[in-house]
Amino acid sequence: MKDSVFIYSPLFLNYKFSNKHPFNQLRVELTVDLLKKLKALEDDEIVEPRFATDEELELIHDAGYIRAVKQAGEGKLSEHEALNYGLGTEDTPIFQNMHQASSLIVGATLTAVDHVMMEKSKHALNLGGGLHHGFRGKASGFCIYNDSAVAIKYIIEKYGARVLYIDTDAHHGDGVQWSFYDEPNVCTLSIHETGRYLFPGTGTVHERGQGSGYGFAFNIPLDAFTEDESWLKVYKEAVTEVAEYFKPDVIVTQNGADAHYFDPLTHLHASINIYREIPKLAHEIAHSYCDGKWIAVGGGGYDIWRVVPRAWSLIWLEMKNLSCKAQGALPKEWLEKWQEKSPVELIPTWEDPDPLYQPIPRKKEIEEKNNHTLELALQFIRQQREYNAKKNVNGQTF
Amino acid sequence: MDNMIIEKIMQKNVLTLSPDHSIQDALNLIKKARIKHIPIISEENTLIGIISDRDIRDAAPSILSKNEKLDALLNKPVKNIMKTDVITGHPLDFVEDAATIFYEHKISCLPITTNGKLVGIITKTDVLNTFVKLTGAHQPSSRIEVRVPNITGMLSEVATVFHKGKVNISSVFVYPEENEKFKTLVFRVQTMNPMGLITELEKKGYTVVWPHMLGE
Repeated sequence: MKDSVFIYSPLFLNYKFSNKHPFNQLRVELTVDLLKKLKALEDDEIVEPRFATDEELELIHDAGYIRAVKQAGEGKLSEHEALNYGLGTEDTPIFQNMHQASSLIVGATLTAVDHVMMEKSKHALNLGGGLHHGFRGKASGFCIYNDSAVAIKYIIEKYGARVLYIDTDAHHGDGVQWSFYDEPNVCTLSIHETGRYLFPGTGTVHERGQGSGYGFAFNIPLDAFTEDESWLKVYKEAVTEVAEYFKPDVIVTQNGADAHYFDPLTHLHASINIYREIPKLAHEIAHSYCDGKWIAVGGGGYDIWRVVPRAWSLIWLEMKNLSCKAQGALPKEWLEKWQEKSPVELIPTWEDPDPLYQPIPRKKEIEEKNNHTLELALQFIRQQREYNAKKNVNGQTF
Repeated sequence: MDNMIIEKIMQKNVLTLSPDHSIQDALNLIKKARIKHIPIISEENTLIGIISDRDIRDAAPSILSKNEKLDALLNKPVKNIMKTDVITGHPLDFVEDAATIFYEHKISCLPITTNGKLVGIITKTDVLNTFVKLTGAHQPSSRIEVRVPNITGMLSEVATVFHKGKVNISSVFVYPEENEKFKTLVFRVQTMNPMGLITELEKKGYTVVWPHMLGE
């Protein structure tokens, strides 16, 4: 069995709204090239993705919506009808063959799932996926089909496994959360910038699931201008405790790289350091609870030159226990190849420049607020743990 | 939500009792249905009173006195303790009217009547829910606040920027400021990428309250 597989096709680039749109899959290409030039990604580790079938898409999406996406991609959907499906907006404009491009992304995440669940590899990475805003019958926030939601449903139905979904994109993972809001076999954990201003606005700490799914959705909305230290404290405590509580059979991590200071769409102030720590803990959790079963996908990330290639390479390097390779200078050939195409000056090292930004005056307040939010989010688990501990003690006494 | 009137949000299947039901009946219904108020109606569905969990509690003898008294109380009819000066609303009242009534009279439940007959009921929670929908916060959107001079035409000018950017608006609030020369317009807009809009608004000389200011 291989340790890790990298799901990739140059056809990922076909998921493209327009030249000016912030969502740009060139970042996957940039990452692949960086890993190759680092000599950390071999051709025999790359797996060609398949397309998702309509039946698979229907695990989450309405048949009418899938039909609309197909028609839109062939120029056969009226503007009015398209808008009802969230298509043809500024966020998700219509483009040629959008159904094929989107179902390849879903198929790629399913390919990752099959590799891991059929024990062909311990871990699998699909950086083309992570489109967590897609809804049952509506495109939203740059996402058409929700590859992660389809994949999780596929895991439940085909493999009968319990899934922990960890979403560290700066935007709330709303599409995935709502898909499994009443499902006790899926636990969703999203750590994101508060929705007070930022899209999509949901993801409050009080969203905890409903019906039999109550207590299986966790949300930790962080204040704008949150920095590494506070972000990582929240991440480590939340992931550790939620994993211990839920005891998953497999984990799916969504690795949006848009919490970085440079990201143009969000207001968190993280540095590249968190992208080293995120996969590290995910990796540990996978081995502690899931016999290594870990599927990682991409997500947001709109500074595609300075942030995403480094951040996403670190996931693969962690899977292969090679993160020690990511130190000091980036491969010279990579910098030379891409600098001329980049509108900004590339960062020449794996580390961020120091200092990355001016000190934040409200730092203490923000940390205090985040700690409070973390406390609220985990209250449920912590109370239950205390209760069980007491019960055990009493059980021994009497 | 087609219309901001009470008829659209009121609960139409109302649990009621007659004045001759016992207080024990009322207590059972309150516990079983997890409600706090029961309208009391006549045989012709005319509203004649209301009884709340608090009315029952207030009427109950102290736990320090003897318990026989409690049984006697519970067997009495609700008409003995129900409130008869009931504040009611009409199905065609606006939701914000109901909000004002809740606020001014410090009550949390409003029976809705036409010609004295009970047709529905609304609670504070129903009204709050309507206001949450109004804020647009239940739909995927970004929030943008724009500070504008307190003169005519500002909303229209700002809205034009969204229109030109082809971005749909989920909700708008106009907040008064302490300084009466200004107002804050609060929008929820259906886009994940408001950067173009913000740049455009700033280019036109508006102060956008987000994202730069809160960190400083």
